[in-house]
Amino acid sequence: MTELTFKIIFIIIIFGLTLLIAMYSTLAERKVAAFLQDRIGPNRAGPFGILQPVADGLKFFFKEEIIPSTSNKILFILGPCIAITTALMTSAVLPWGPAITINGQIYNLQVADVNIGILFVFGVVSLGVYGIMVGGWASNNKYSLLGALRASSQMISYELAMGMSLIALLMSSGTLGVREIVEQQPGFHWNVFYQPLGFLIFMICAFAETNRTPFDLPECEAELVGGYHTEYSSMKLGLYLFAEYINMFISSAVMASLYFGGYNFPFMNELGLSPNAISIIGSSVFFLKIIIFIFFFMWVRWTIPRFRFDQLMHLGWKVLIPLAVLNMMLTGLFILFFKS
Amino acid sequence: MKLLTSRSKVVVQKKMNLMERLYIPAILGGLLVTIRHLFGRKTTIQFPDEKRKFSPVYRGLQVLKRDENGAERCTACGLCALACPAEAITMDAAERKSGEEHLYREEKYASRYEINMLRCIFCGFCEEACPKQAIYLEGEMALSSFFRGNLVYGKDKLLEPVKTVQDKREVVIL
Repeated sequence: MTELTFKIIFIIIIFGLTLLIAMYSTLAERKVAAFLQDRIGPNRAGPFGILQPVADGLKFFFKEEIIPSTSNKILFILGPCIAITTALMTSAVLPWGPAITINGQIYNLQVADVNIGILFVFGVVSLGVYGIMVGGWASNNKYSLLGALRASSQMISYELAMGMSLIALLMSSGTLGVREIVEQQPGFHWNVFYQPLGFLIFMICAFAETNRTPFDLPECEAELVGGYHTEYSSMKLGLYLFAEYINMFISSAVMASLYFGGYNFPFMNELGLSPNAISIIGSSVFFLKIIIFIFFFMWVRWTIPRFRFDQLMHLGWKVLIPLAVLNMMLTGLFILFFKS
Repeated sequence: MKLLTSRSKVVVQKKMNLMERLYIPAILGGLLVTIRHLFGRKTTIQFPDEKRKFSPVYRGLQVLKRDENGAERCTACGLCALACPAEAITMDAAERKSGEEHLYREEKYASRYEINMLRCIFCGFCEEACPKQAIYLEGEMALSSFFRGNLVYGKDKLLEPVKTVQDKREVVIL
């Protein structure tokens, strides 16, 4: 097996896994919502509602596709395309497990081990807001426009704090490559224990970046009738919703790999297993961490109410950014006095 | 100031202290509340599969009763139609022929008996008006159809099925 064929197979697997997890996140969301509200949730399509996402997807495909006559048609179609493309692109730089050895050849479980991995993630994630903005603006609807405006201002505000909280992590790790950062946290030496404040800021910003409650102002059903996707119907709406779930999956993966050791798990070197077994367990552990984070996203969604817009801006600019700067300075001082 | 009720509570707007302004303890408390519900008892009744227990005075769809020999009790007196505030009941009367004694209890019976379920308000006045204990609102609660015409229930849907010997032992009241 050449490097190229392995990469192609691996990309297809990751692509499929991402879509599968996003698909079942929609079911999990409804199930978690139901269980937290003492209900049962969808359980008619297949055992435990296993086929519910398939039914939802089919329904999206069979729905009438409406493009408003006053909208800008090209941009209207472009919006969900950008949203889903950028959402799917981010998974390229994440390491999904330790290297695997087949017939003496070593294969990295990573699509592209670029040395600016985190910057790539940031760049693509900030492109994702264009999907929302373009779609909301092209709809020619005031609710959509307001939703798009909120989305863009929220993204800009929270990306700052997110970046600054990451700088502290990058200072201590000394690299931008995601695989290297993961490899620096072997066993139980996870970054979250060294950067608790940074992790908290990063997590809050991740909630805001993925437009999840309590930061779902761009699409609040109550006051904006769905926000940026008010005018969308059929699979174009489906793509927007899907992009949101993929973003949730990716940000869970980023949080797990940057702060929770990625595929590392306690006692991984003491067990004395073969490298391939380690890498299979490591990948499973990584996915377990991701699923726990996705559950946490949903858990928070059904617990905390939505922010008001001024509260959102207050939290972003007046609380998180100063905290992130403080965290950065403390980390710098620590490195200066204790590590050199 | 004299309080109007014993339940009124004086609102104090005190400044939040640091712990409260951090919000994180409050958020964790909220998360604990919701996670407890994850394992709690579910209140859902999965309707078509399982049905709620109804109280004995519950008023469902009308049922035309038979007597202990399986003969129809209704004599088409029309008191139910008269009592009906929604004018949902219509009927035609007919005379019992000889040899039909096992079908109809009295000499007169309803050859056609219709209740328009779209008009019916389930008040139970027909049940109260009936002198022969022939109509009771003890049937199903779910009423649905794709066509309005199907919701005019005739004798085929209203009449209680003839009980077999085995069924006689159990009481049909929900």
